[in-house]
Amino acid sequence: MKIGELTKGFFRENPLFVIVLGVCPSLATSGSLQTALAMGAAVIFVCVGSNVGVSLLRKVIPGGVRIACFIVVISTFVTITDLFLKAYFPDISRTIGIFIPLIVVNCIMLGRAEAFACKNTVMDSLLDGIGMGCGYTLALLLMGTIRELSGNGSLFGVKVLPGYNPMTVMISPPGAFLLLGLLLGFFKWMQLRKAAAR
Amino acid sequence: MNLERIFLIVIGNLFVTNFVLARFLGLCPFVGCSKRTSDAFGMGVAVTFVMAMASLLTHTIDTYVLRPQAPLLVLLAGAESQVARDGLQAVLRTLVYILTIASFVQLVEMFLKKNVPALYRALGIYLPLITTNCTVLGVALLNTPEDPAEMLTLVEAVIQGMFAGLGFTLVMLLMSGIRERIEQLALPEPMRGMPIAFVCTGLMALAFLGFTGMV
Repeated sequence: MKIGELTKGFFRENPLFVIVLGVCPSLATSGSLQTALAMGAAVIFVCVGSNVGVSLLRKVIPGGVRIACFIVVISTFVTITDLFLKAYFPDISRTIGIFIPLIVVNCIMLGRAEAFACKNTVMDSLLDGIGMGCGYTLALLLMGTIRELSGNGSLFGVKVLPGYNPMTVMISPPGAFLLLGLLLGFFKWMQLRKAAAR
Repeated sequence: MNLERIFLIVIGNLFVTNFVLARFLGLCPFVGCSKRTSDAFGMGVAVTFVMAMASLLTHTIDTYVLRPQAPLLVLLAGAESQVARDGLQAVLRTLVYILTIASFVQLVEMFLKKNVPALYRALGIYLPLITTNCTVLGVALLNTPEDPAEMLTLVEAVIQGMFAGLGFTLVMLLMSGIRERIEQLALPEPMRGMPIAFVCTGLMALAFLGFTGMV
């Protein structure tokens, strides 16, 4: 059990900005901080659940049909999340819409199951799931903060910039693409700078 | 058949609520396969075919097996039973759809490999990627919302699948054209590749935003 499995997802191997996985939901749900947080929590739950599930079953799952087995495990946790949100947070569930069931085909889950959970112990996979889920959530929150603040002048729906004329384009699709492009460029720049310093 | 609704679905999926630019679906293949026009076209055609067929299959399964009072549930458990009254949709929809799509893609791959090797060589490499392409599962879910009043008919569902796929192809082709030119530019190192592709997509989405209100 290594603590590095937990922290690597935050920055060094951030699933969204460094590995560029799970792009679709990150753009669709980062229009406001509330949906970004809900999506992040859903991803943490599914990532931890599927990592632990796959890791527990790693000696039982036959190699030839492993992807199908991973999908069954992942979609179990996705369905739990979907039903939970529908029952307790119906408004959020309606806003996020199909992106909750679409976690099934999110490359992060399948990628972690294939690259990590099916080869490592349950504890390591648990930490990896938490780390990757939290790293993704941090990325979502960063995008959500920038988009909601610049596009609506608010944070979590509360106006914080009085007299600010919002750039509505930031909460619409083009703003999402532009922001992601610039953030990816920024993270690449940081990596290159670090590599040059070494 | 309501022609007006079908016309709206066609225009809507091609331009207004384009799957890539307005709904944020299928971005992985969109940035991954749009470096060359030939790749973009191959991927687009394969996705369009799979989306249309997946719409047909999932809509049929939803109507006959998963919905409340679906014929198969009534047949097996009786019209009065708990299962027939609630349907299996809420619990099993995601799982059944993704397994249907995965097995369908696998079958197409095997069929092409054996019977149409030329087509397999052209499209084969794109097929396995399509299973985890969220446009396919996305269109299946959009075709069959839980509220029966919003449910599309089978014909509408297939048309939505087909034209959502064509909309995807259209944007892929536009993007590959842009990217072939970007390759030649002297860009700052950190913006090369993915970052500049997303910035361009943003500008394209801005252009497509002009279609809002058409439907």
